[in-house]
Amino acid sequence: MAGGGVFLRIATRPALATPETMQEAVRTAIGEATVKKGRVKLDLPPIVENGNSVPCTVAVESPMTATDHVKAIHIFNEKNPQPNVISIKLGPRAGRAAFTTRIRLADSQTVTAIAEMSDGSCWSDDVDVIVTLAACLEESLH
Amino acid sequence: MARALIHVPPSAKRGEVIEIKTLISHVMETGYRIGVTGQPIPRDIIEDFVCTYNGEEVFRAKLYPAIAANPFISFFTIATESGTIAFSWTDQHGATQVQTAAITVE
Amino acid sequence: MRRAAAVIATLVAAATGALAAEIPLDQRRPDSDFISADSRAMQNDDTANPAMLVLLDGETLWNTKAGAANRSCADCHGDAEKSMKGVAARYPAYASELGRPVDLAQQINLSRTMDQKAPAFAFESKELLALTVYIARQSRGMPVAIKEDAKAKSFIAAGRALFEQRQGQLNLSCAQCHDDNWGKTLAGNLIPQAMPTGYPIYRLEWQAVGSLQRRLRNCMSGMRAETYSFGAPELVDLEYYLMWRARGLPMEAPAVRP
Repeated sequence: MAGGGVFLRIATRPALATPETMQEAVRTAIGEATVKKGRVKLDLPPIVENGNSVPCTVAVESPMTATDHVKAIHIFNEKNPQPNVISIKLGPRAGRAAFTTRIRLADSQTVTAIAEMSDGSCWSDDVDVIVTLAACLEESLH
Repeated sequence: MARALIHVPPSAKRGEVIEIKTLISHVMETGYRIGVTGQPIPRDIIEDFVCTYNGEEVFRAKLYPAIAANPFISFFTIATESGTIAFSWTDQHGATQVQTAAITVE
Repeated sequence: MRRAAAVIATLVAAATGALAAEIPLDQRRPDSDFISADSRAMQNDDTANPAMLVLLDGETLWNTKAGAANRSCADCHGDAEKSMKGVAARYPAYASELGRPVDLAQQINLSRTMDQKAPAFAFESKELLALTVYIARQSRGMPVAIKEDAKAKSFIAAGRALFEQRQGQLNLSCAQCHDDNWGKTLAGNLIPQAMPTGYPIYRLEWQAVGSLQRRLRNCMSGMRAETYSFGAPELVDLEYYLMWRARGLPMEAPAVRP
């Protein structure tokens, strides 16, 4: 299913998301809860090697017990065409509130991770990343 | 059936927190790329990833187009008992693929 | 008069110093030295490297009967982990059937057409990449074993000439980046020495697995030069030179590259 060569034309993508649409996406995810900075560590390279695949790790400080655990982690961005990146649901069976994935970033921007706790509180971290285009863009595959 | 690779430790101690790694072959077409015709290539993405442990859900992810092609997700779970850990990926058309791994917990 | 002499001296120095300097053998480093630590980790983790998904397809093809001869690769070559060990490390190699060298993908197609009596796979097709990844993986860690023997000499020289010639609208040669400016930054990435020990690679820019020929064409179009077609003898000669230039370095296929 991973294609050998889909033709990719001009690499400048329309960056449609804005800080405002990002805020809307945050509200849709967590409602009206106040978001405080802390307890969350978002790991992203400050200079991205290639915007098509950026390794991304989120870890949240939490005992992960039945009464005190992380129930969701969301990642948002402000300059991709869309503000959402991923939303994780977990619980006390996780043992550790952390995950790693690879994300796409269309432009230099701030990426934000928000964790929702079992007591309703929300915590966040953000990272500024620089994204450049590749030096040699590919023309037609054939 | 898309190719998938899963890493679950074959055995663990009861109560141990184990790391699970998953990788599945998928183009995760965003819907924003322009194709040879000058028109956008239609969106085609995996939207949901669920992990269950002997039937109980222990991890769930909702994926958006911002997840890189060939989605890689690694996470943690507590090795509670021996049994089957199941992984399912569902795309935007509703098609689901399931893969399992066995674990022995002492 | 002294000023004129100084100008002449500078011009002479510039003219004679214009040839690209080959990298001394002990300063050669694999291309994986020039990628991020994250990409290196991804390359070395069989559960994180998307090329390993393609390898699984290659393994299936290896064991699938094909063609009028109704044979699988395994029927003649047995277990690839044994029979293909070290093979990718000595390609390109001279093919007596054609009187010139071929790369590993072309060799796979030679076996497919002559021994399986099946149609050749298209260049850069899913199947050909999968088999090439599967076979190349069996040489991981082994040193590149290209020798400049009598049959290879003229082709390696032709490849070297291509590497050193200026081309395209930017009038750049491969050597100017990869011999003279390796290690420096170009648009967010480090310029490697162009040691192709990891092919086929999973390239983040492609979001897919691809061959060295695809990468060379990508470089050439980036330089605003006309690209050679897939399978062109120039691309094989160039690969032959590049692999000889990388002799002794460890094979890394399938690698991850930005």
